[in-house]
Amino acid sequence: MAEMDTSSKGGGKHDKGTKSKKLSTRVDMTPMVDLGFLLITFFMLTTTMSKPKTMDLIMPKETEKEEEQNKVKESTALTILLGKKDQVYYYEGLAQDPNASSNPDFFKATTFSNTSGIRDVIIKKRDEVARLRNYKGEPEDVVVIIKADDGSTYKNFVDLLDEMAINRIQRYATVDISDQDKQWIKSTETSNGIQ
Amino acid sequence: MPKIKMPRKSTLIDMTAMCDVAFLLLTFFMLATKFKPDEPVAVVTPSSINTQLLPDSDVILLTVDKDGRVFFSMDGQPKRKQLIEDLNTNFKLGLEDKEIRNFMVGSSVGTDFKNLKKVLDMTADERKNSKVETGIPMDSTNNELAIWIDYARSAQVATVGNANKLKYCIKADNDTPYPVIKKILDTFKEKKIQKLNLVTNLEAKPAGSAAAIFEQQEQDKQ
Repeated sequence: MAEMDTSSKGGGKHDKGTKSKKLSTRVDMTPMVDLGFLLITFFMLTTTMSKPKTMDLIMPKETEKEEEQNKVKESTALTILLGKKDQVYYYEGLAQDPNASSNPDFFKATTFSNTSGIRDVIIKKRDEVARLRNYKGEPEDVVVIIKADDGSTYKNFVDLLDEMAINRIQRYATVDISDQDKQWIKSTETSNGIQ
Repeated sequence: MPKIKMPRKSTLIDMTAMCDVAFLLLTFFMLATKFKPDEPVAVVTPSSINTQLLPDSDVILLTVDKDGRVFFSMDGQPKRKQLIEDLNTNFKLGLEDKEIRNFMVGSSVGTDFKNLKKVLDMTADERKNSKVETGIPMDSTNNELAIWIDYARSAQVATVGNANKLKYCIKADNDTPYPVIKKILDTFKEKKIQKLNLVTNLEAKPAGSAAAIFEQQEQDKQ
């Protein structure tokens, strides 16, 4: 053990005379250390080092010109609508074909639950579309169209964008909701008894 | 043969060094802890799997509470000073030095221009309880949010040089109605600003999802 020389004598003067008994000036530091570490642990636990994270949101350009707008194929599109009470509605395609959209099973409702919710729908559609080939013979990419109704909340919107990130959907766009979509949501809500 | 007695070593250790370390860490934590500035509204952000950090500088932050009130805030006191002085001269708000100072060191503001003087006159505690701050109006006839953004950009140009580095963050509550968000997005759209950041909390990637698998592959590569 290294001992501190607490004597005030300067220089190593080793006198071989009688040793006067000095009371040690050392203090037991253990409680002090305990206190120190107690405070540290308290500060460490109460300090949140985490900073808020951000999510990128790229808005589509406003274009009036027809040729600048990205054309989305009916076969590769999945439209997801957000309603009130955390409800999610979806249909495949863009609802431009009146024959298909008149089918009673065309417009479906689901939820944000982790299993058999909207995530499974997205994955299923993504894998279906990946089997299609475009004119170059490459796999197609699914395009998700997000439409939020007035009854939905910001949380629904972020959750859905998060689903895009979770399932690594590269192409998605937030689009204004149409009157037709609103009507569908309304009638589905009444039939499902959502006030 | 007499037994040689080995002197017993004492089990006491010198705790001084340990104590030093403890207090060094303690002082570090005490000094490094920054308390959050008092925000006018409490906002609970939704969570997402994104791991991108919120930038520290050159940020315009729009806070939206659950009633859909929009608050504006910007980083950097010189910028804030420039911004409020520009607004003061162009909209004849009649702010005095004290109120300008209050805006400079304060947090977010969420009121229309005609009540701005009244709001900046109050202390932080008074503002919390007052009903004056009703959010920044965003109607199509009176879109003051667009004016705030414009002036913030010009303040950025005046102090930093260009406004390209500015990031636009939206921090909204879980229960914020979507139409309010849509109005904000449309305002940005009109300004030809397409890249926005939504502030979220971190949550774990769900097991077995494409994102989790991708992350695993990235780790395996390294």
